[in-house]
Amino acid sequence: MASSRVDGTLCEMESTLVEADVLQRVLGEAMGRGGEFAEVFVEDRSTASAVLDQRRIEELSSGRDRGAGIRVVVGETTGFAHTADLSEAGLLQAARAAAAVARGGGGGVVEIALNGLDSHRSTARTMPRDVDKARKIDVLRLADDIARSEGGSISQVQVGLGDSTRRFVVANSEGVYASDEQVRTRFNVSCVAVGDGGMQTGYRPLAATLGFEILTDEAVADAARAAARQAITKLDARPAPSGDLPVVLAGGSGGILFHEACGHGLEADAILKQASVYAGKVGQQVASPLVTLVDDGTVVGEWGHLAVDDEGRAGARNVLIEDGVLTDYMWDYLRARKEGRRSSGNGRRQSYQYLPMVRMTNTYLLAGTSDASEIIAQTPRGVYVAQLGGGQVNTATGDFVFGMTSAFMIEDGVITYPLRDCNLIGNGPEVLQRVDAVATDFSMTPGTCGKDGQSVPVGTGQATMRLTGVTIGGAAA
Amino acid sequence: MSELLERAQRILDSATGSEQIEVYLSSGVDTEVQAYQGEIEQLSSASSSGVGIRILREGAGGAQVGVAWAGSLSDEAIEDALREARDNVTFATEDEYIAFARPDGVTPALLDLVDPSVTTTPIEEKIAMAIELERMVRTGDPRIRQVDSANYSDYIAEAAIVSTSGIHAMYARSGAYVSVEAIANDGRDDQTGWGLSAGRAPRDLDISVAARDAISRSTRMLGAVKPASMKTTAVFDPRSSAMLFAIIGGALSGEAVVRGRSFFADRIGEVVAGDRFTLLDDPTDPRHFAASVFDGEGLACRRNVLIDAGRLKGFVYDTVSARRAGTSSTGSAVRGGIAGSPSAGCRALQALPGELGQAEILAAVGEGIYVESLMGVHSGVNPISGDFSVGVTGLMIRDGQLAEPVREITVASTLQRMLLDVTHIGNDVEWLPGSAAGQTVAISGIAVSGA
Repeated sequence: MASSRVDGTLCEMESTLVEADVLQRVLGEAMGRGGEFAEVFVEDRSTASAVLDQRRIEELSSGRDRGAGIRVVVGETTGFAHTADLSEAGLLQAARAAAAVARGGGGGVVEIALNGLDSHRSTARTMPRDVDKARKIDVLRLADDIARSEGGSISQVQVGLGDSTRRFVVANSEGVYASDEQVRTRFNVSCVAVGDGGMQTGYRPLAATLGFEILTDEAVADAARAAARQAITKLDARPAPSGDLPVVLAGGSGGILFHEACGHGLEADAILKQASVYAGKVGQQVASPLVTLVDDGTVVGEWGHLAVDDEGRAGARNVLIEDGVLTDYMWDYLRARKEGRRSSGNGRRQSYQYLPMVRMTNTYLLAGTSDASEIIAQTPRGVYVAQLGGGQVNTATGDFVFGMTSAFMIEDGVITYPLRDCNLIGNGPEVLQRVDAVATDFSMTPGTCGKDGQSVPVGTGQATMRLTGVTIGGAAA
Repeated sequence: MSELLERAQRILDSATGSEQIEVYLSSGVDTEVQAYQGEIEQLSSASSSGVGIRILREGAGGAQVGVAWAGSLSDEAIEDALREARDNVTFATEDEYIAFARPDGVTPALLDLVDPSVTTTPIEEKIAMAIELERMVRTGDPRIRQVDSANYSDYIAEAAIVSTSGIHAMYARSGAYVSVEAIANDGRDDQTGWGLSAGRAPRDLDISVAARDAISRSTRMLGAVKPASMKTTAVFDPRSSAMLFAIIGGALSGEAVVRGRSFFADRIGEVVAGDRFTLLDDPTDPRHFAASVFDGEGLACRRNVLIDAGRLKGFVYDTVSARRAGTSSTGSAVRGGIAGSPSAGCRALQALPGELGQAEILAAVGEGIYVESLMGVHSGVNPISGDFSVGVTGLMIRDGQLAEPVREITVASTLQRMLLDVTHIGNDVEWLPGSAAGQTVAISGIAVSGA
């Protein structure tokens, strides 16, 4: 198995998506019309998915998407075109379309010299293409069986498994020339439990920028069990309270709070447009001293991991907030260029059909020194959030919401009854000041981040922590 | 016959043995302009096309299905997709309800959803609209501190669906939009508001409407405070009610029902909403931007009444969910592009308008909260259990008038309760992009969580 994978990889990697001399000519065409900067991004992505629902293998699906996106920058203007035609003629045509923004350009020939190729390969041990489809079916069935064995109240189990192999090469008029191969595997279990009070849901994802090796029987069973138990537990859920209460966030999915509460506001596109509450605040205390926030594309295997970003810049570990003090923002090529600095490796795009922009990778709060169980014990009345769903932020005002998909009341320092799903709402800058305890039990969770119509995989993480007050949007009086 | 349809037909001809094939081809061109500070910030134009293939094989215990897709119409991509779909089909469980749609005799509505001027309008005019929109907002009120983005976008798209079970459908649509987001500041805090105008072509757009909306929505939120928690009547504006209708539409999908994931299951004929509430899914109404002649399986779209004067009347079905439910498709298959298989869903929801305008509804309500935007809908609404809790910004309603702005609050209830508590439906229908139109809607008994 392992050896065949190595052979396969060598073959694949030898077939370059587009030859260097073609890339040079395409960039030359784009620049010859008056561009100040040009970039070609060529991508080839294969995806596969399998779904089990109502005990049936519903469908296996396979997809392939190949194409190139070309951008040309002139002054403050970016022109962009994309094509699925990877022939030289097709690429040149796209280059001319993207360069149309450089009106009155010279039309001369510009020579582009590319650096040596900065090439990266996936660290996946079991590549998706080497996995028998029958093996994937086994994983789906195992999860289904385990989830159903948790109790008769489980009425629905849906299991999804998907993988993608994304290869790209990016070259620009400044000589950047890089390629990467990103393999991602995701698996999720959704359960519905039925009780006297209606239906409740449980959900557990498992995802990594790695291959099929992450889906060990043990990991699959754990996820299935957790999803089923969550749904069953919630059958006894009572309406969540409303109003301001202390909130203890369990390690892992609570990281979405930082993604929403300040991550988006620290992206340089929002900063440069003065559309973020954090604009102009570098060097200032913006958070409790317990908060050190990092965005880190280099964490191998995490959902937001990348060797190079989609502009060919190496992924990096960037400290955004250190001991509560704002240290820096996240940058892509274009925004960094405006400020005369270097990209921080945060230029990402959903696919070749989109322009890159500033995006997070793996964003996490460093662990603290408190003990998780003590944090709960020292909370007289509050809400314990075991799992968060999605969230949303308005970067200009800092207002955010995020959904609790598994939460409990804390009464007299003890976790008591489960709560029905509801949203938390807060204001980023205010909530950052309210962190009063951070534990040692750090963990991360995969997620999908949407921004301006583009979705990219991201990781979020933190240790168990407490916020002195957040508005709980429950329906109880 | 169009080129796309011919191409699809040729792929179909490659069916071998007893297999059935469904081919979905799509092709489109889109343009997008972003203006910032009087300049073009981004200009992109692109054409894209793709193929989605489903292969179905009949066995003793029912049919199996396999799926593959490609973001290209090259011969190689289509060959690969066919091969993958044929491989995938062998792994699916045989299922007696799996089938492709068959022609059902329903006549497609005569709708003209393409305005060719989308492609003939010079790019300079489109650029000028985005730049003028940005200027109008920036200079429209001294409190506007920034225009985050001012966009023009349009598309023209066509799709063909053919199958060995007799489906032969082709449809096209065009659309054009402008949208703008403004940031207002009063010397203390920032507030945002966005405006929109939509149509089938640039000539349908009114940029002054979009500009005015962004300015008034951002400036009137200035000074917003977090009110105390309360139980009150919430009046949803057309944009936020459209979001509510879309969520409710999700629970009215036959797919959700047969999978036991809808709180509406087994309640046909029951009173589920206030008697002023009638909800229908009608893609044959050309006023709806999501109008369509055919559904995602190539059957004629039709008008489906879902809730009639408060009583649950029916669900929307595609072929497979209908077979599971023992009924027939309502022409309501939707698919998320080439990569998605069809499933049952609402495409063009609208609530029948009531008699009152917004001002009259506010006067009738007297005291409450006016909801202007919803936040966290994807995280705070559980369409299976019906739990509803979303962040809102808006204005208080006092003495029947809009009063001070409020923010950082949530409104919570359950979808079941909210539908029953609908007290007023406005006559001010706004046709919006997306799967639902909206109008002013008043709902009593809402828990507002604030300070």
